[in-house]
Amino acid sequence: MELNLFLMLAAFLFCTGIYGVLARRNGVLVLMSVELMLVAVNINLVAFAAFTGAIAGQVFALFVITIAAAEVGVGLALVLLVYRNLRSPDLDNLDSLKG
Amino acid sequence: MVAQTVAFGIIATAMVGAAIGVVRSNSVVRAALYLIVVLAGAAAQFILLAAEFVGWVQVLIYIGAVAVLFLFGIMLTRAPMEGEPQDNDQRWPAFVVSVFVLGVLVALLVDAFGAQEIDLVAPTTTAEIGDSIFRNFVVPFEVVSMLLLGALVGAIALARRD
Repeated sequence: MELNLFLMLAAFLFCTGIYGVLARRNGVLVLMSVELMLVAVNINLVAFAAFTGAIAGQVFALFVITIAAAEVGVGLALVLLVYRNLRSPDLDNLDSLKG
Repeated sequence: MVAQTVAFGIIATAMVGAAIGVVRSNSVVRAALYLIVVLAGAAAQFILLAAEFVGWVQVLIYIGAVAVLFLFGIMLTRAPMEGEPQDNDQRWPAFVVSVFVLGVLVALLVDAFGAQEIDLVAPTTTAEIGDSIFRNFVVPFEVVSMLLLGALVGAIALARRD
């Protein structure tokens, strides 16, 4: 298999994640887009681990998965807090710091 | 090798479609289900790359825990099931930025790696990964465990109603 196939797939997923983070209103959907980006990074890590034969890539993918789980936990708690305070999960309403 | 490339193509097509679904769907629940398809596809790609332990960890943690967490988040924030668009008014700038980044990345990747092949030897065993974690990455492993503890306490402290 060509290495580039996997890297292209990961690049596409990453850019889809960027679009989602920038264009989505709902906090839960923004977190989902962040997950897309993290999955793209994992695909890169595992593809390079297979390419170079070094096992460290897979170990790092495991670390990324762990940190993603922690990030989702804290992120959803934050979205929940936003919803509780503003009665809506929309991040556009968070404009207290806007000039 | 051909069979693997065909399998890659099928899974990658499903993942691309589902990823677009995640960022385009107006229903939050449907976006979460699309996300599960992407995550399962990533697990399948890991197994295709002979990294079966990472693949199954992906299934257990992402599909088993993170997806359920997302569904709980959707439930608790009473997200709309259908109808109103979930995008804000910067859709076109976001589209331009992501297409630009994709173009730069693809150009760089083609330039850097051309047509280099992955030659898979033997699948990685779980024992090798465990060896590597506890031989070379002990300190990061402990740091990650502290980070998980911190995230756990932080999430409870944030979400607690007092």
